[in-house]
Amino acid sequence: MSPLLEVEDLRVSFDTEDGVVHAVDGVSYEVDTGRTLGIVGESGSGKTVSSLTTLGLTRSRSTRISGRIVFEGRDLLTASTDELRRIRGNEIAMIFQDPLSSLHPFYKVGHQLVEAIRIHRDVSRSAAHKRAIDLIELVGIPDPKRRVDQYPHEFSGGMRQRAMIAMALANEPKLLIADEPTTALDVTVQAQILALLQDLQDRLGMAIIIITHDLGVVAEITDEICVMYAGRIVEHASTDQIFEAPEHPYTWGLITSIPRLNQQRGDDLVPISGRPPSLIQRPSGCFFHPRCPYVQKRHRTEDPPLAPLPDNARHQVACLLDANIRRQIWNGLKAGRNPASLRRLAGDGYPSRAPAVASTALGTEAPEMPPSGAGAP
Amino acid sequence: MGRYIIRRLLWAIVVLIIVSAVTFVIFYALPSADPAVLRAGRSPNPALIAHIRHTLGLDKPIYVQYWLYLKGVVLHFNFGYSYQYSLPVRTLMFQRLPATISLTVGAVIVWLLIGLPIGVISATRPRTWMDRTTMGVSLLAISAPVYWLGLVALFLFANDIGVVHIFDGADTYTGLTANPGRWFGSLLLPWLVLAASFAAFYARLLRANLIETMSEDYIRTARAKGLPEWRVVLQHGVRSAITPIVTVLGLDIGILMGGAVLTETVFDIPGVGRLAYDGIQNADLPVIQGTVMLGAFFIVIANLVVDILYAYLDPRVRYT
Repeated sequence: MSPLLEVEDLRVSFDTEDGVVHAVDGVSYEVDTGRTLGIVGESGSGKTVSSLTTLGLTRSRSTRISGRIVFEGRDLLTASTDELRRIRGNEIAMIFQDPLSSLHPFYKVGHQLVEAIRIHRDVSRSAAHKRAIDLIELVGIPDPKRRVDQYPHEFSGGMRQRAMIAMALANEPKLLIADEPTTALDVTVQAQILALLQDLQDRLGMAIIIITHDLGVVAEITDEICVMYAGRIVEHASTDQIFEAPEHPYTWGLITSIPRLNQQRGDDLVPISGRPPSLIQRPSGCFFHPRCPYVQKRHRTEDPPLAPLPDNARHQVACLLDANIRRQIWNGLKAGRNPASLRRLAGDGYPSRAPAVASTALGTEAPEMPPSGAGAP
Repeated sequence: MGRYIIRRLLWAIVVLIIVSAVTFVIFYALPSADPAVLRAGRSPNPALIAHIRHTLGLDKPIYVQYWLYLKGVVLHFNFGYSYQYSLPVRTLMFQRLPATISLTVGAVIVWLLIGLPIGVISATRPRTWMDRTTMGVSLLAISAPVYWLGLVALFLFANDIGVVHIFDGADTYTGLTANPGRWFGSLLLPWLVLAASFAAFYARLLRANLIETMSEDYIRTARAKGLPEWRVVLQHGVRSAITPIVTVLGLDIGILMGGAVLTETVFDIPGVGRLAYDGIQNADLPVIQGTVMLGAFFIVIANLVVDILYAYLDPRVRYT
């Protein structure tokens, strides 16, 4: 049986005055009913664009989209605007980062819920209002009968996100896309919202895609994780694999930059150096090479494909380093060693910063190379 | 809210008193024609001028004059007598108000009907030929002074002096109750002329607001809900973008109710603006004073109405 949602080789680029922005570049993933997929990456890594494209919200004259997004056998990329509109908020719902700015400030929360219900369901206003109260109760907002007639600004941040979730659940979607659902919230509220999502999934059996820049957020509730960098997936594995045996230097960076309670006082967090690359003038070779502590000469010209590990077909990574070397480096990092001290493990110890910047500036195109043995033993 | 309104109304009285004082001072401080001399005929003698000055009360010190004026307004709602017409200013103003209200209300309807749809259409199709055309034309309309536009319109379209005879020309105003058909016909051209620059301004304002609103997160939410695009634009976008426009509209109505001086003069409409213009021409202090007070009154009230309306339109705004 095919999965609920299957994204295949999705490419999205925008024409802008400064050039073509390659926001999403050959991304594939799938998610099935009752499962949760995490898409993790920095801002500008294409994680939001790929999900907005699923809903058809990036369609415009200046956007070029290719690939396939198959939802229950229908290709959403070729679906008409009207077909998509009937799927949006109905079979696929989405919640956004900032619940205050994502709710209309001039309409009562109840009104916005009723609207969401009545777009897709032919029910009376009073029936929809009753359902709105039920939904508010479902997402754990106390005193729903009073809250339904309040405006978003009268809600607290956590309650607003709950209201957003209630709105997304209005028509019992099969897939819920949560774009940074906890980023704008207090840490204690974050945990509540994540628990709520998980609880609702257990009860309603939907598929969830959680998009976040924070690996810590998705650790508890996802089954699988895609790590995105510069519009591509650089690592894709089960959540356990990602945390126990991550393979990509970028994933290592994400994990070692999460503060942990069991960390020794005085132990430094290890930030990922540099900044996300421009999506107009992308680096040559491996897109991560300008920021990778373990960069080699050939990484500047060779573009690593996303390939399964030799011993685990469900764990895919796009890295040119030898698999054994990667494991040694990760073991070193796990033991608390500094990336700089592990650099020599990678081989010829090519200095990471200066030449990388030069190659970016030149914008040299990576020559087409046959898939190298990224995961070869 | 009630207390807020009362406080604002008390402030309105203070503002009106200040406005009347300033008008008084300006009238005396600035070199204008002496009202007494103006009325003394072609070969005045000093005795006659002194007599007229005494009858008009101009021989008293300025602060006494002002005090008497203020007393009349507050105690008897009496704005004095026009030097020119020898009629109570109050009567003159009430006679002239219907024409001004007719002109204002009609023009407001015209400019909203033209300006708002253009604003929405341009905002939803930015940088298309339609957007560029309407915005270009609107810039011309904003730049054209109303007296120039009025004269051009009369020379082109008026029944009497026009190149093509389409509309009733100047000085054809008829009261609504006297003859509704002629009332409408006589005001059609003034409405269009007065509304032109306002329609253009409102179109541009709504376009700018709506373009900004359409990039808000809650618009994305509305789309993600599966709302059809026209409902996203009208119910979610315009609903927000229109709020600042309501503010401007309230003030514009307030200003025009005090008399659209240029339009009323060009089309010879007997409104409050025309009355004020004549008052200035004839150094008719009580008329000037009265029309200025009336204008100030409308603006102050419009401000209050706008603020109250704003709280109603934007639930985040609350007055205490």
